Order: sequence, then structure tokens, then C-alpha cells
Amino acid sequence: MHIAVCIKQVPDSAQIRVHPVTNTIMRQGVPTIVNPYDLFALEEALRIKDRTGARITVLTMGPAQAEEALRKCLSLGADEAILITDKVFSGADTLATSYVLAAALKTLDARTPIDLIFTGKQTIDGDTAQVGPGIAIRLGCQLLTYVSKICELEPTARHIVVERRAEGGVQVLKSALPAVVTMLEGSNELRFADMPGMFRAARQEVQRWNRDSIGVELAQVGLKGSPTVVAQVFGPRPKAVKALRIDGETPDAIAEAFVDKLFADHPHLEDAMLEHLELLGQQGVKP
Amino acid sequence: MEKFDVVVVGAGPAGNAAAYTLARAGLSVLQLERGESPGTKNVQGAILYADALEKIIPDFRDSAPLERHVAEQRMWLLDENQTCTGVSHRDARFSQQPYNRYTIIRARFDRWFSEQVKSAGALVICETTVTGLLKDDAGKVIGVRTERAQGDILADCVILADGANALLGERAGLRPAIKAEDMALVVKEVLFLPKETLEARFNISGTQGVVIEIAGNVTHGMVGTGFLYTNKDSIAIGIGCMLGDMKRQQLTPCQLLEGLKRHSAVQPLIDGAEMKEYSAHLIPEGGYRALPQLYGEGWLVVGDSAGFVNAVHREGSNLAMTSGRIAAETLIALRQAGKPFTAANLAGYKQGLDDSFVMADLKKYQGVPELLNQNPHILDLYPRFVGDAAREILTVDGVPKRDKQKKILGELARRRSLLGLLGDAYKFWRAFR
Repeated sequence: MHIAVCIKQVPDSAQIRVHPVTNTIMRQGVPTIVNPYDLFALEEALRIKDRTGARITVLTMGPAQAEEALRKCLSLGADEAILITDKVFSGADTLATSYVLAAALKTLDARTPIDLIFTGKQTIDGDTAQVGPGIAIRLGCQLLTYVSKICELEPTARHIVVERRAEGGVQVLKSALPAVVTMLEGSNELRFADMPGMFRAARQEVQRWNRDSIGVELAQVGLKGSPTVVAQVFGPRPKAVKALRIDGETPDAIAEAFVDKLFADHPHLEDAMLEHLELLGQQGVKP
Repeated sequence: MEKFDVVVVGAGPAGNAAAYTLARAGLSVLQLERGESPGTKNVQGAILYADALEKIIPDFRDSAPLERHVAEQRMWLLDENQTCTGVSHRDARFSQQPYNRYTIIRARFDRWFSEQVKSAGALVICETTVTGLLKDDAGKVIGVRTERAQGDILADCVILADGANALLGERAGLRPAIKAEDMALVVKEVLFLPKETLEARFNISGTQGVVIEIAGNVTHGMVGTGFLYTNKDSIAIGIGCMLGDMKRQQLTPCQLLEGLKRHSAVQPLIDGAEMKEYSAHLIPEGGYRALPQLYGEGWLVVGDSAGFVNAVHREGSNLAMTSGRIAAETLIALRQAGKPFTAANLAGYKQGLDDSFVMADLKKYQGVPELLNQNPHILDLYPRFVGDAAREILTVDGVPKRDKQKKILGELARRRSLLGLLGDAYKFWRAFR
């Protein structure tokens, strides 16, 4: 069995701040990490490897320094790492990213057929959750999103059974392979790499693929292939409204003061209420 | 099990200097660092002393991330009456290349240094804590144990560059625990200011920078000093005191730093700056008399872990790099001569240190920690007196200067007896000669 895990190196969003004046994201000096959701995906793949001896290939599209993120995955037990990097890939939105990843996965599949593709449900920097589905549709694979548990995986039977978090409950789904699985947070606990793993990660070569390695249309990659435009980035403004405390001798007095304040701030409410009362009066109902 | 010629524990200046020099000479080197990447656990003011690095990487200036070169040094005595008395030294020759001292940001610098170590051929593994040393039946150190599963690694020699706490040596029984009296605790903030504002406030341009070393009552009478260094677009400000004193006085380092930042001489310099980083670190300041055993069967200790800090001159990283280099050179020479890394052979390391400025400077100031510990008034009474005397002499109020002089001397005699003064002068001379 061959499992591909798609990961992304992201800025540690816990340490990102928004510039107070320009409202832009200040990335400078922010440490990078492997997207935490992707680590749940990797751990799930590693557990399958522990059980079945599956082979794991990790892929990422990114700049040269994304190699660090791949090495982290190698240290944990991934067998092979591929960095898909090319300057024409920069500025990609989720459409262009899933196009490039799908092309790379096709190339990989031609070499060693892929049974299962894992990725995190979304990244913590973009938060779109679109890349996983984008890959599935381009590859014509089954798509299982927001998966919290792998219940059954029969490599010989060519199907997988998962628990998927859906609105209002949990779905148990059975799907044919190959499939794309996007993992939820908290679905497992990431292992701690052993020392041989650390040595392997430090020594193993990370393969570098560019546009020629995966045969892509230049018009569909990078900024050119990205219809999404970030029009503006802004932080939520704290509301300057202060809480009001209403004191009074009796509950009635407090209620009256409250209603007075409410009507003073929202005159249309008083009009609407009076109108309503008048209507009730005409109908003979006593308020 | 993996085996290397040398395992270096720690990726600070000492560990990097050692690993780089060893790898360049073709020895197989594994460097282990507990931080996510080199530099994430390291704290310094920070001033880089070019000479020490030049002896390891001669052309470091071409690629190292340097902030500013030191064009001016100020020494200030500050006290709680908001006085600031000091001297400053600006020398145009400090601004002629090659520069002698630079301010640096260690998180960036250490990353760069580690890249050089990797390029030299050492294997660097981060996020891995060494928890102990492996010894054979005869007690010879033969490797390290890490916290990871299957984490034992063999080495012909282990270089302990594990920093100020020196826990590895202590755990392995190679040294006693460090005393709080010999350890300083320093806290530091990095405050960001627009480059233009910073340059205007310090009267500098280009890559010029200013270093201010601070003493006096900002330490509340404890043995300690403060500092303020200019980076490209930030100011590093910090203060540190002996851990033992802090414990006794029940003062937190942040209280001291807040006091320093509010001081009337400091506040205008950092006004409006945005704090971006807060860090704290221990500095072993016990000096020569607190040095541990520096080598043994299959091991050497370098840098902060060995206590190589010249507290009087605020130097440490240069001693660290130099000790790392000498340790490496000792091992390289032994390897070339086909000799094993026994304690007797590793004594060459101690000899190398003795022949360098490292031991010369540590020996010169060996009496200072004791002097200051036993005479804490030196850092309180005299700075205060200097401030008061300066105010007296500079206040023009119709009092004849001779009377002012008398008043000042009388005040000194009131604060400290003649015998006390002579005693202090003698002790001072002995400690600093």
C-alpha cells in the first residue's frame, strides 16, 4: 500500500500579529511549523504503516525552506519526501495549489500507484479547506472530508471505512480506494520521533520537483492560475461601546429605567411598540 | 548504534565554534541541540567580538547577519534619584573597517552560524535533548543518551557546550552544582523603533551603533549591571544581578528592568518603542575560582558550561567561541597524531586555554566576584557619591568652589571612614590590578 500525505509549512499563527496601523499581517521573524492538521493526517498514515507496512510519501508545494517541514515528517517515519518548488508556483491560491499537487500526485502515482491520499482538513494560515477537495476532484478520487477516525482499511478489499464529522452527528462512511481523506484535529496524538528517525531525516535527500517534473500548464499555476484576489486584510475592531449598569430601588424601577434607555437609544422600537399596542387595543386585547 | 568521532552537545557560540572547526578538519561530528533550531534557546545582549569569530571563520563579515558596528561606548552610573553620571568614548577609528565589535540578534546569528557548521560537514540535529553521558566500566565517557527512543549515541569524545546550567556535567558527576552566588540572572527586552528615530536619538548613521553599559543603584544595591545596545531598528535593553542577591532581596528581575526603563536617562531613548521580545538567561559569573574540571576521559567542557565569562568586561561569547575552537584544535591535533582522547592527552585543551586570553583574563579578575560579594557597598556608595559630587560641583549658587570641594570630601568621610576608604581602595586595586 502506498499513502501520499500532502502537508504545508505555515507560519505559527499563534505568533502572528496584525500591524496596528497598516492592518497587514506581520510575518517577519515568525517561526514556521508543519500545519497542525496535516500532522494529524501524517500520524494517521503512520499508524496504517505500523499496521500494514504501507509506504508513505510526503509532498509539499512551497519555497526552499519548506524542506524543513518535510524533514520533520521524515523524522516521524515517512519514507520519502518531495518538495514541489518552482518560482512560477508562487502566489498560488487554492485552485492553483490543488492543480499543482494533483499533477505531482499523478506523477507519483505513475511511479508507484497511490492507494490513499491524506491531508489536514485545512491550513491554519488560509483556513479555506479547499485544497483537499480540489485534489480529489482533479484526480477523480473519492473524497472523505472532516474525518475523525479510520475504522477499517482493507488494502486487499480496496475500501476504507471512516467516521466523518457532519452537521448534527457523525457519519460512518465506506468508500472505495483510492480516496482523499482530510483529517480533523484531535483525531490522534502525534508520536515523538525516535533517534534513528532523526538521523534519517537529517541525512535523507528530499527530492525536488519543478514544473517540468510534473508537466503543468503555466497558465494554471502560481499567481497567473489564481483567480482569488485578496482585496483587503483587516483585524476585527474592538467595539468601543461600554457596558451600562442600571441601578434602581425596585425591580420595576430598574425595568422602567432599562426600557427608557432602550427607547432613547432606539426610537423606532418605541414607535413600533406603540403601534402594536394600538393594534391590540383595536382588537380588544388588553396588554 | 550510531558512532561519531565527536558529539557536541549544544549549538551556542562555543558548540558551534567547536563543531565547525572539527568538521572542517574532517572529523565526523554530530551536534545535538534541544531548541527547535539553533538560537531559539540562546540569549545574549548581544555583542559579537569580531576577533574570536575571525579566528574561526575569517570572512564571516561577508555573510553573517550583523546589526551595527560599535562606534561609541558609554558607561553610565544611574541611581534612583534619576541621576546619570558617565563617560563616553566615540572613536572615528571604531568606524573604520574591519570593525571590532558588532551588535547582533542571536536568533538570526546562531542560525547563520549553524548553517556554516552544516556546510562544514557536521550533522546537526535539533529538538533533541541530551539527558546524560554514557560511560564505560572504567568511567570513560563514551557517548551520550538523548531523550528519544533508541537515543544512545557513541563518540570518542563528547564536548559539553550545554550552556550556563551545565546540567550534563553535574549529572555525570564531573562537576559540582553551580552555586546561586556564582550565577547572574539577566532579563532583556528588544524594543523596536523606526530606524530614523533610533539613529537620531543616538546620533549615529549608517551601520554605526552605540553600546551603553550601566551600573549604579538601578540594581538596588545588588551586584549587577545593565545594558542598552542599538540594533538596526531595535534596542536591546537588559539588567542582571547575582541570583543569590535577588533571592535575598526578594526582587524580581522584571522590577529591576521596569525601573531601568523608567529612569530619566533611559526613558527618552526608548520612548514610543514597541516591545517585541522578552527573554531571560543565566550567566555563570563565578569567574576563575569557580571554574570546574575542564576535561577528563573522553570529554571536554566549553563556553558558559565551563563558566568562561569575564563579568568585569561583559565578555562571554568570545571566550565561548575561543574555548570551542581550542577544544576542537586539541582533538584535531590528537587525531592527527593518532592519539586517543584520554584525560592525559586532553590536558592539552587546558594548556591551550592557559596560553590564551581566556585564562589570562579570568585569572586577572579572579578576586572581583569575592570583592563585590563581600563589599556590596562598592556598587552603591561610590556611584551615589559620584552623582552627588557632580551635582554639587556643577550647581552654581554663589558658594566658593573650595567650600564645595570641602563639602564633598566631608560628605564622603561621613559615608565611609578614612580607613574604610583606604581598605576599599586597596581591595579594589588588588582585584583589578
